[in-house]
Amino acid sequence: MRIPLSWLREYTQLPADATAEDLMADLVSVGLEEEAVHRPSESISGPIVVGQVLSLVKEPQTNGKTINWCQVRVVPEGQEQTLTGKGIDPSGVQGIVCGAHNFVEGDKVVVTLPGATLPGDFHIAARKTYGHVSAGMIASARELGIGEDHDGIIVLSRLGLDPELGTDALALFGLNDQAAEINVTPDRSYCFSIRGIAREYAHATGTSFEDPATLVTAPASLEGGYDVVLDDRAPIYGVLGCDRFVARTVRGIDPTRPTPQWMVSRLRLAGVRSISLPVDISNYVMFELGQPTHCYDLDKLTGTITVRRAEESEKLETLDGKVRELDPEDLLITDESGPIGIAGVMGGASTECSDTTVNVLVESAHFDTVTVGRSRRRHKLPSEASKRFERGVDWQVADEAAQRVVDLLVELGGGVADESGTDVGSAPEPVNILLPGAFASERIGMEFSEELIARTLGDLGAKIERRGADYLVTPPSWRLDLETKEDLSEEIARLVGYDKIPSRLPVAPPGRGLTRTQQQRRRLVQALADAGLTEVLAYPFVSQAANDTFGVAEAGAVRPAVKLANPLSEELGWLRTSILPGLLEVAKRNLSRGFRDLALFEAGLVFLPEDSRIGTASIPPLGTLPTDDVLDALEAGLPHQPLHIGAVFTGHDSPAAANHAPRLWDWSDALDIARLAGDILGVELVVTQGVHQAFHPGRTAQLALRTGEVVGFAGELHPKLLAAQDLPARSVALELDADMLFEAAPDVIVARHISTFPMATQDVALIVDAGVPADDVKEALREGAGELLEEVHLFDVYAGQGIGEGKKSLAFGLRFRASDRTLTADEASEARAAAVARAAERFGAVQR
Amino acid sequence: MTETLPGATVPDPLDETAVTAAVERALQDISGAANLDELKAVRIAHTGEKSPLALANRAIGSLPKESKASAGKIIGSARGRVNKAIAERSEVLEAENDARILLEETVDVTAAPRRRRAGARHPLSTLQDRVSDIFVGMGWEIAEGPEVESEWFNFDALNFKPDHPAREMQDTFFVDPPERHVLLRTHTSPVQVRAMLEREVPIYVLCPGKVFRTDELDATHTPVFHQFEGLAVDKGLSMADLRGTLEHFARLMFGQEAQIRLRPNYFPFTEPSAELDIWHPGAKGGPRWIEWGGCGMVNPNVLRAAGIDPDVYSGFAFGMGIERTLMFRNDVVDMRDMIEGDVRFSEHFGMEI
Repeated sequence: MRIPLSWLREYTQLPADATAEDLMADLVSVGLEEEAVHRPSESISGPIVVGQVLSLVKEPQTNGKTINWCQVRVVPEGQEQTLTGKGIDPSGVQGIVCGAHNFVEGDKVVVTLPGATLPGDFHIAARKTYGHVSAGMIASARELGIGEDHDGIIVLSRLGLDPELGTDALALFGLNDQAAEINVTPDRSYCFSIRGIAREYAHATGTSFEDPATLVTAPASLEGGYDVVLDDRAPIYGVLGCDRFVARTVRGIDPTRPTPQWMVSRLRLAGVRSISLPVDISNYVMFELGQPTHCYDLDKLTGTITVRRAEESEKLETLDGKVRELDPEDLLITDESGPIGIAGVMGGASTECSDTTVNVLVESAHFDTVTVGRSRRRHKLPSEASKRFERGVDWQVADEAAQRVVDLLVELGGGVADESGTDVGSAPEPVNILLPGAFASERIGMEFSEELIARTLGDLGAKIERRGADYLVTPPSWRLDLETKEDLSEEIARLVGYDKIPSRLPVAPPGRGLTRTQQQRRRLVQALADAGLTEVLAYPFVSQAANDTFGVAEAGAVRPAVKLANPLSEELGWLRTSILPGLLEVAKRNLSRGFRDLALFEAGLVFLPEDSRIGTASIPPLGTLPTDDVLDALEAGLPHQPLHIGAVFTGHDSPAAANHAPRLWDWSDALDIARLAGDILGVELVVTQGVHQAFHPGRTAQLALRTGEVVGFAGELHPKLLAAQDLPARSVALELDADMLFEAAPDVIVARHISTFPMATQDVALIVDAGVPADDVKEALREGAGELLEEVHLFDVYAGQGIGEGKKSLAFGLRFRASDRTLTADEASEARAAAVARAAERFGAVQR
Repeated sequence: MTETLPGATVPDPLDETAVTAAVERALQDISGAANLDELKAVRIAHTGEKSPLALANRAIGSLPKESKASAGKIIGSARGRVNKAIAERSEVLEAENDARILLEETVDVTAAPRRRRAGARHPLSTLQDRVSDIFVGMGWEIAEGPEVESEWFNFDALNFKPDHPAREMQDTFFVDPPERHVLLRTHTSPVQVRAMLEREVPIYVLCPGKVFRTDELDATHTPVFHQFEGLAVDKGLSMADLRGTLEHFARLMFGQEAQIRLRPNYFPFTEPSAELDIWHPGAKGGPRWIEWGGCGMVNPNVLRAAGIDPDVYSGFAFGMGIERTLMFRNDVVDMRDMIEGDVRFSEHFGMEI
């Protein structure tokens, strides 16, 4: 909402020298947030004065143009020029070259004298042109920044103006005025008016104000006017679409009368341009009182006006020239010719006022917020009118607004108002709120006296009655947001000032600290960072193809995914089922910026619907606790959303440096970090050769829990995928379901009893088929060796000469120890032999 | 190496002068030994089996009995002096040797490589932890909820009327088909409702998390961002308690000088509602108030939706943007830096904010 200061000053004690900034600083305390300042004088400055064309000589030029060489008087006849400066003629007559042709000798015009500045940082100076010294410029509306008209210069008589020569044109066009723009929260619709802001300014400063609605004298009752019928047969939520319709008639308006400049300039500062006198007046009254009105060309109306819902397949050509398909929920203004407007949203083209309109029917109606809001959304027609109706308009002000429009049409348009008028509908039930005496003090946390409560609520315009210790409060008709005792508490606090609210720190009962899962997540994320990885946070929006590649191991399978109804990009219209697509995008971005050695990770939710069914057919109403069944159904309608961790590695493991040869990341790094994740949480991960379409078929580990549940994959990304994505060959990655790891983590770790008896170590080299996983052989050794085996590790893998085609040699170190005695060499050898025997039995392993 | 000393004669063990001369020669050679190798040669020449003093000692055996004691004393004393000198010289030379080796091993420590890659947390994630820790320290708990949420939790339960403009598609990502009432949560407030449904009053919880709005990414907007939201429900809570909590939090977050300001505002889920500003003394372009978040007393309809009697309990809630907090706290000027994952951004912060 933009507030021209001159307008507000009419109804408040706003000081003459107050700036828009001053006003905003005052309004912020009552909850009106500052947004912007609009001050035309920042881009335009004088001397810009009224002048009269004394003579005009048409001079054709070689370029085909004809210019006018004008002598323009800029001080009244017989007076001397008091302005001084380079290019200002002391005689009071300026020689000016003008290219426009829409004026004649004797016309009063706007002269920008040398020294003036126009919007666009355009400095005016006397300059040589077309063989003359042109000492200034005769201005067009566009040059002054007050309109789009650039066809010709401003001829003041056509604007209904006849000012004295030398008059300051900035003042004439309201360019000295300024506006404060404030943000109005959706509950406070009454602040979309000078009337509402004036009241709030008075609240904020403690000064007095005059309600512009009370300055209008509307007849106590209206009868005998234009026939209007309210016939809403399909109210939304049981609320009538229109519960008041005031219609007034003004005849004999002079269609040539221009809108006065004071009104044009205020409307311009408020953000709308001047269109025609009736439309400008209608807009003016809307900004002043908050009540949108509409002017019909009376001579284009046909018979009774009926306000009703649209019928199937009805159409309306709106003011903007577009034909709208109407919906049965749209509330229409109709006459006997059919629809002539969408209520509160936009009028129809057929009954629009034109530059020949002389007789006008003024509509000032009260429409339902939801009805208007839906029509506005449906037809995508946001307007100043719909903005106000959607948020709620004062029911009571409709007749005053109509009267104000009528008064202005009479005063400015020379019309005559009919005595009769129309006012149909019924007032809403007044809202009565019981405010317990101590409630506001308790809720705000400070003591409010009875006197203060009565005064602040009274200032708002509310009626207050004592009911014992309590108050019965009837909010004013324009405060549709006041419905509960909480609302009234806010009002009291707001007018007292939120800065007066004391400060008290409540003490929470003993808490349980972070949950185990929260601690696990923190440890995991920190451990990955400590291991040298960089955390990133990618968007979860991915393509269907990305989900079908990364979100499911088996190629060709479809990964059910959550699809967005209104994605920012159609291509990335799905939610991720894997962390990796986002990470790869981040990797690419870093690569393109010259960073080739990367280790990135993200911990974030992925979205795994079981199938395409999602959500619920309906949802419960607000303000009541749903049943457990309903809550369970809401829960069941949501996809599974586990926390995953993903990591991507490309390039080298560390920066190259003197005395240090960095290593290229390889598949085993991905696996190592995956195992680290398990170790951090105390979860043993079982590694097996894995198959996942996004990974290299021979260099991928599947990671599972001891129970066999697969928790993720780690290894080299598929070479074709890397090539297709323009990523470096041999880039590696991992992804794990962190929630599964958290779940699998042991609650209690049972201590191991440490034996201090000496150990015996033995090595063994076994030849097996090349395809046998080393880990399986190790497991066989472990089983065969029995409980004397303390630890076994693979320390060498060899294939080649002396081993045989298709074979490999695995060298293991075995460490034996007993808990109760020193092992003899024979015992250790026996255990080793048993281990080898088991490996031989299971994998045909032969000792090398 | 010869074991005999060139030009040396074996002194008569009874000739004190000759013995002393041999000792003097030995002492001269010992002090002349420049390193441990030379000292070793000197030691063998003057104390070895064929050295003049050793041979003189051996000659004592053939002396007359009455002379033996006197000769033994002369030779013993001489050998003692020589051995002592060798030991002393050896100690000096060893110390010199050690020092030389250490000197030779000197490296340029400034040329050391960084072998371990330095990892980094994302500052948004670090900040989220820091905020959580402050509230956990106050006895609050951390509550969480799903990012894909039922429309009821995101809107209805929070007293957004069915036709509220915030429900429009232009702000909210709806899951297809929208008639099934599932969306990407637009704020962390649905977690409030979940917390109230899951817990017994009194409730003091902080709900940090990721939220979504249909804004295109630019310097000041992002469709995916993070919030933290606080909720307290107890008997007798007032706006004074809200202010006290926010002030305490602001001071722990920004220092003892931090100040907050509440301005009237509107949110469907709180009444009264307020906008929260924080005084930023270090703001670029001079100290000023910065919009930090929204807050207010929980609307009774929200308590009712969670089965809590608003006539018995009251609550307050507040919510702030983590990106916004990081922007003004750490002078991040472009939202995209926090989103794009450029490693320079996170690595500059390391593990801290």
